[in-house]
Amino acid sequence: MSDKKQFMFLNRRAPYGTIYAWESLEVVLIAAAFEQAVSLAFIDDGVYQLVTGQDTTGIGMKNFSPTYKTLGDYEVRHMYVDKDSLEARGLSVDDLVVVPWEDWETEETVDNIVEVVDSAKLAELLEESDVVFSF
Amino acid sequence: MPIEVNGKTLETDEEGYLVNLDDWEPAVAEAMAKEDDLELTDEHWEIINFLREYYEEYQIAPAVRVLTKAVGKRLGKDKGNSKYLYGLFPYGPGKQACRYAGLPKPTGCV
Repeated sequence: MSDKKQFMFLNRRAPYGTIYAWESLEVVLIAAAFEQAVSLAFIDDGVYQLVTGQDTTGIGMKNFSPTYKTLGDYEVRHMYVDKDSLEARGLSVDDLVVVPWEDWETEETVDNIVEVVDSAKLAELLEESDVVFSF
Repeated sequence: MPIEVNGKTLETDEEGYLVNLDDWEPAVAEAMAKEDDLELTDEHWEIINFLREYYEEYQIAPAVRVLTKAVGKRLGKDKGNSKYLYGLFPYGPGKQACRYAGLPKPTGCV
């Protein structure tokens, strides 16, 4: 699997108001469908993308937040959330979606691939990635 | 090209996918299958219904690889493989089954 690249998708913006969050999610789905090693990171207002209980009826946009829950099925293995960004917005991991992952052959499971990390860890992860997409 | 279902004219895009997802009813799948000279069996419906449930939950049409695995998990390993799914939907389980189910074309599907 040496031709497999480590992709990191960096999400910094609120889910609605701009098209960035949705565009990022679409590229993630495409990259994952082509069997690349895909991780996501959520920083700044990007953490709002994962908040549960979103209601977009008032703004006439599709609520795409349920889609994050299927990313484990797309073999996304890691969704990192910046600890400082989360705390600065009065949020905790309990406010965020739970994304399970399962290897359907070995039945190995991970209950939740969403992980809160500090900025040092995040910097390290970015350094390790072959390709970083920033949205 | 619009399709006629139960006396109603439903709008579709240039590839035959429903424009308005709320227009869907089982008769839509029947009408689309008829145009492809395909008789829908319980096995077809199992996949179509599965796709509609998946969309309801996650708001996207799954990629073929994801569909295959999910079907295997939910309906048994003998059904979770491309041979079985292509046997039912020769134009591609992602494209054809999603179209019958009234969903958009799967993201990343070319």
